[in-house]
Amino acid sequence: MHTPWQAATALNTDVKELRPLTGNEAIARAAWEAGVRVAAAYPGTPSTEVLENLATYPAEDLHAQWSTNEKVALDVAMGASFAGSRALCAMKHVGLNVAADAFMTATYIGVNGGLVLIVCDDPGIHSSQNEQDSRIYGQLASIPVLEPSDAQEAYDFTKLAFEISEQFDTPVIVRSTTRLSHTRSTVSVGLRCEVPPRVFLERPSKNVMIPAHARGRHLFVLEREARLKDYLGTAEVSRIEKGQTSFGVVTAGTCYPYVREVLPDATVLKLAASWPLPEPLLREFCASVDQVFVVEELEPIIEKEIASLGIKVEGKRLFPRAGEFSPEVVRAGFVKAGLLPAPPSYNAWVPEPVVRPPVLCAGCPHTSSFMAVRASGARVAGDIGCYTLAVLDPLRGIDTCVAMGSSIGNAIGMAKAGETKPVVATIGDSTFLHAGLPALIDAVYNQANIAVMLLDNHITAMTGGQEHPGTGKTLRGEPAPQVDYEALIKACGVKWVKKVDSYDLAATHQALREAIAYRGVAVLISNRPCVLDPIKIKGPPLEVITSQCTACQSCMNLGCPALTWSDEWFEGRHRVKIDPALCIGCTLCAQVCTIDCIKIASPAVTQ
Amino acid sequence: MNEQSSIAVNADSEPVAFNAALAEPTNVLIVGVGGQGVILVSKVLASLAQAHGYEVKQSEVHGMAKRGGTVFSHVRFGPRVWSPTIAKGEADVLIALEWAEGLRWLPHLKRDTGVFICDTKRIVPPFACLSRRPGAPMRYSTETAEQVAAYVSEAYAIDATKMAEELGNERAANVVLLGALSTVLEFALPEWEKTVTAFVPKKTIAVNSAAFELGRNWIAEAKSGPATADAVPAPVPAHAPYQPRLEITDAWCKSCEICVKLCPERCLTLNADRIATLVAPEKCTGCRLCEWLCPDFAIRVHLDPEAPAMEAAQ
Ligand code: SF4
Ligand code: SF4
Ligand code: SF4
Ligand code: SF4
Repeated sequence: MHTPWQAATALNTDVKELRPLTGNEAIARAAWEAGVRVAAAYPGTPSTEVLENLATYPAEDLHAQWSTNEKVALDVAMGASFAGSRALCAMKHVGLNVAADAFMTATYIGVNGGLVLIVCDDPGIHSSQNEQDSRIYGQLASIPVLEPSDAQEAYDFTKLAFEISEQFDTPVIVRSTTRLSHTRSTVSVGLRCEVPPRVFLERPSKNVMIPAHARGRHLFVLEREARLKDYLGTAEVSRIEKGQTSFGVVTAGTCYPYVREVLPDATVLKLAASWPLPEPLLREFCASVDQVFVVEELEPIIEKEIASLGIKVEGKRLFPRAGEFSPEVVRAGFVKAGLLPAPPSYNAWVPEPVVRPPVLCAGCPHTSSFMAVRASGARVAGDIGCYTLAVLDPLRGIDTCVAMGSSIGNAIGMAKAGETKPVVATIGDSTFLHAGLPALIDAVYNQANIAVMLLDNHITAMTGGQEHPGTGKTLRGEPAPQVDYEALIKACGVKWVKKVDSYDLAATHQALREAIAYRGVAVLISNRPCVLDPIKIKGPPLEVITSQCTACQSCMNLGCPALTWSDEWFEGRHRVKIDPALCIGCTLCAQVCTIDCIKIASPAVTQ
Repeated sequence: MNEQSSIAVNADSEPVAFNAALAEPTNVLIVGVGGQGVILVSKVLASLAQAHGYEVKQSEVHGMAKRGGTVFSHVRFGPRVWSPTIAKGEADVLIALEWAEGLRWLPHLKRDTGVFICDTKRIVPPFACLSRRPGAPMRYSTETAEQVAAYVSEAYAIDATKMAEELGNERAANVVLLGALSTVLEFALPEWEKTVTAFVPKKTIAVNSAAFELGRNWIAEAKSGPATADAVPAPVPAHAPYQPRLEITDAWCKSCEICVKLCPERCLTLNADRIATLVAPEKCTGCRLCEWLCPDFAIRVHLDPEAPAMEAAQ
């Protein structure tokens, strides 16, 4: 038998080179080696680096692009697959929600060229708005979900995914997590194989999902799932590691190394795919041990499947359903089960930790925008981006935040529901193009009385400065046509559009007041680049003339990290100082200082 | 070229604490604040370990952490490494690029054999300055280097940022710490030298070589002398504690809302009769802005002595 797995590994027998790669880098390398011709994504932590790394491979080999959102990215990848090329799209877990519409039909259509989705979950919610388990989407769509446990497997499974995709006519999910995506370990890499291009296959009953065709394809999907179960039960990628038989552990993905760390001698069934699950293999394994435990992060998918076979199994009673796992969490579960001794506890000296949430950068243009928003006294629907941080003290300028592009829709709803305060939606440039535009059209169409503040910082800042259609550059840094927001917004039917430089605090306040006073949809564009990307902005730093500072703390309301308390006091309150290394010279603090004691630092101080 | 060879070999450059050939992996935790260069330190270490044929896992947290939040990177190496993360109480070395971050992760260090190497650089987050009431303390670590030294087996509080500043590049502080780390882990000096050079920007090789050497020598000196720099903040100056009290003359208030809009603590509002009122007296700092800005002299701020209360609280 020449399984796809062997075929995939056979590709790199000739060349073996060891490299330290993160999970995301390994995925990109494998996709390139597997002959991917088109890759698309919208940036989102922890998935961002997949495309950023793919873009480091030659442009002749593959087209890599940022798309405006994950659904578009998936549609682009499907288009490439239709045309006969291997294609990949990457997203974070919440991105799969956006792509879900196309995704649920992609499973019926299947593939021509191999189609792989890299979906990166964020257990522990390091930087996301929820903690959902994408494996459930795999189950919903009846497609395989491969779960690598380290960078080598991220590489191996990505290659395997393309093989499975083409052999079984199915999209395949490779599910990563923050831990895997951002962990670097050694990977043995090979060379790119040129997959002979296929051509578009004119098969309307498969490619065109009208009801008559879809009914037939649904049966195909179910039958395909059965075949995948058989395959995943016999392929060598799932393995049983034999140990003592008093109990056995079923696990997959990033939980596997934790189990191994904590229980070096245990009998382990390491599943390569957490969906679909091979019944005979599960039965065989469970029968070989006295007691069965499932260690899986987030939802009890494997556990429920085993329980549904009538097998007694322990899982979520011992291991939490929320939060990221670690060897400690796994150990605690087995301690609770009575299989491991409790670790010795000793009285540790624990210093009281300093509260240090992420903050807007020194000189961030969002700071002044939210000073104005807060001063307006409006009800504020926020969105996803760096500016979500304005919800915290001291800016405290956001009332709601749901998902990419939700702010404008939320604002329409609030206004229509009779909110008594003026309603403002705040949204970043990239987020606006991602999902804000349809909502803006909705606002115009339904004549909502809202003000929208478009925070145009000329980049996708939160994920580290990625290009988008408003920046004039592609993923590979090549020049591209640039969206003209004013023209675009006017074309949507917005009558009141104005641009303002958010570093001019008075003008921003004034313009926002006008926008709020306008009856109907008003869009105020706050036009100031992010201070980190695409170029790092650093002007002459400012300085507080300490002897004059009356410690009123007005400037501290900016929350600028360059501003802090000095060791001097005035009437019992701390006077303020500026860290010249952090200050970028935006002058916002000087603009809010009540007695005008903040000036550009004299050169002697800058030295 | 000559910059590279300028990294001095110390008389006592013997590998000290760990032998990674043992079965157990060596655990190094590198922590700091976004933008300080935590990832560079861990990449250099991971690359060194890999060049020596060890299995290496390096796990980092970034994303939002870029925005001045806390950043950490776990590096584990040895003949076999399973988990990419280091459990509490299991780190052999803790390298911290910022003082309070070093303290935050201290419980991760091995109690008996752990080595703590920490920059005394203090990055005070805006959150530490939230309570602005008269006499309010800054919410930043108050623990001293001596307290830490008493807690772990070896502790070095090193003013790496200042050293790097004196070399003309504050950003080289992380390489000063790498120099310090090189005295604790067993890799040969030329290997360190080569790897550091490969990872720093070309233009900064000279500065970074010097920074590495400074860090290395500092530890050597510290081993023979007192092991800590002064990380204790300057003492709080004496001040007169008081209780702010507002006297509002209703008849003079013209409802202009200036004080409401400009009070930094947002503790004023216009009441039903559109007269300025203090709604959150516990927040008022007595800054007097309302008094100064009211065009109708309707507000007076009194600073009542509060000495007895303060004494009672202490
Ligand atoms: S990255 Fe840019 S947009 Fe984000 S907080 Fe920093 S300055 Fe603001
Ligand atoms: S000018 Fe003021 S507000 Fe702007 S970065 Fe410098 S300290 Fe911060
Ligand atoms: S606004 Fe001016 S006077 Fe007030 S604390 Fe800041 S620097 Fe001092
Ligand atoms: S003195 Fe006036 S302006 Fe200052 S905090 Fe108190 S109420 Fe606000």
